[in-house]
Amino acid sequence: MAEQDKHAPQFDAATGQSTTGHEWDGIQELNTPLPRWWLGIFYATIIWSIGYWVVYPAWPLLTDATKGVIGYASRIDIAQDMALLKQERAAQSKALTEASFEQIKADPELFRIAMAQGKAAFGDNCAACHGVGGGGAKGYPNLNDDDWLWGGSFAEIQKTLEHGIRFAGDPDTRVSQMPAFGRDKMLDAAQIRAVANHVRSIAGLSTEPKADLAGGAKVYADNCAACHGDQGKGNREMGAPDLTDAISLYGMDMASLTETIANSRNGVMPAWRQRLDATTIKALTVYVHSLGGGQ
Amino acid sequence: MSSLDAPKQAPRQSLWSKHKIFETNSIILVIGVLIVISIGGLIEIAPLFYLRNTIEKVEGMRPYTPLELAGRAIYVREGCYNCHSQMIRPLRDEIERYGHYSLAAESMYDKPFQWGSKRTGPDLARVGGKYSDEWQLAHLNRPRDLVPQSIMPGYPFLAKTELNYNDIANHLRANRASGVPYTDEMIEDAKRDLEAQATPDHPRAAELEKRYPKAQIRDFDGDGQKISEADALIAYLQVLGTLVDFKLYDDKANIR
Repeated sequence: MAEQDKHAPQFDAATGQSTTGHEWDGIQELNTPLPRWWLGIFYATIIWSIGYWVVYPAWPLLTDATKGVIGYASRIDIAQDMALLKQERAAQSKALTEASFEQIKADPELFRIAMAQGKAAFGDNCAACHGVGGGGAKGYPNLNDDDWLWGGSFAEIQKTLEHGIRFAGDPDTRVSQMPAFGRDKMLDAAQIRAVANHVRSIAGLSTEPKADLAGGAKVYADNCAACHGDQGKGNREMGAPDLTDAISLYGMDMASLTETIANSRNGVMPAWRQRLDATTIKALTVYVHSLGGGQ
Repeated sequence: MSSLDAPKQAPRQSLWSKHKIFETNSIILVIGVLIVISIGGLIEIAPLFYLRNTIEKVEGMRPYTPLELAGRAIYVREGCYNCHSQMIRPLRDEIERYGHYSLAAESMYDKPFQWGSKRTGPDLARVGGKYSDEWQLAHLNRPRDLVPQSIMPGYPFLAKTELNYNDIANHLRANRASGVPYTDEMIEDAKRDLEAQATPDHPRAAELEKRYPKAQIRDFDGDGQKISEADALIAYLQVLGTLVDFKLYDDKANIR
């Protein structure tokens, strides 16, 4: 008898299934075929991939890749998407761009559009500082009240939005700088304490028992009145807050006031002109104006 | 009809049955695996380095300043990328919220890139200039003071910790080794450049700006006593996404 062909098919006695011919410690591996449904899908994906190569960009060549017959590129896709969006909004946005603030306010439909767009933009861009409802936080103005640092008219709000406040990246930003009276040694500790008491007194708040109110008033007149006004009513040209009302950006308790006078506060708001388009800023202006005390 | 009753076919014998050599010899198997993976890599990865439509030169990109680079190291150290991505995808709603979609070139000096894959927090690819330095500092210290619904942990120690930048030149050197075009002078002056950027009205400001256009020079954490880790991190956050001027960038130029 000729030498047995080691590649000749072998069968498992128990199942009748052919084996792979491998044997490990007396155990043979069955050669069970993959299920047909599985193989069917597997072959279908191979055929699909060939179609994919033809339709979409696929194979790298020397300087470019094959482009695919439908000419797909994610950048073309998104450009079309954005163009469509612009077109959808065109009518509204055109009306908003062309209308004056007074017209927007007078026209309920325009006002509704501006408010909707303004609210969405506010959530994305402004809420982080001014709060979701515009309630503000320490150092970030509450937009719901009618106390304005730089002015609450449509035009002033728009200017603030476009150019920001003390924002380094915009040459037309609103600028003013309160001196650090303590840090820069313009006032000593006793003078700061006295003027802090004076500020509390003009705001109608209680003062410390032994407060030097007369001295505080003199320090105020010499150092503070130029910006905050003789009566402490503030000056919107310089973003100097009204000191006589109950609303305060950094707190009116003695500790906060002392800190403000000693080290000054010069809050920064970014300019949004680079980031948002004119119509969005207009919608935001209407939205912010409507929140509380637009003027 | 179970398959057990079906007539059994013997497996076909061919070249394929030679696989025994791989199955019984691990070294040969490893070599075989490496060859197969290399072919996949060559076809899928290598072309990205030379195809015209996968490489885009964009006006405005420059290497990070030493201070920004130090801030970036803190960003990585604190694992910010676990919750924040730095890639705006070309999708309408992302562009509406975050701005122009990110370009590959905007990460060209990131070693490694910080694209991320998870957004527990918002995308930071264009966070530069969106908030003030004071906001960033207060938010790092106690996020919920400003955003009540935030789940971000506070990082109050950053502002208290002095930045260790003695080895900053080596950071630049390491980046240069992986392809960032820092010059010899940039490396030599790295420490002084870092100090200059964190100090308002520094005499070296003009030089720094010339070397690193659009570099923002100021006391980022408002504490003039020291250069803190918060200084570096905020300097980094404030430059993100600000280098390319999208008023000048042509979206259509690179569709090819």
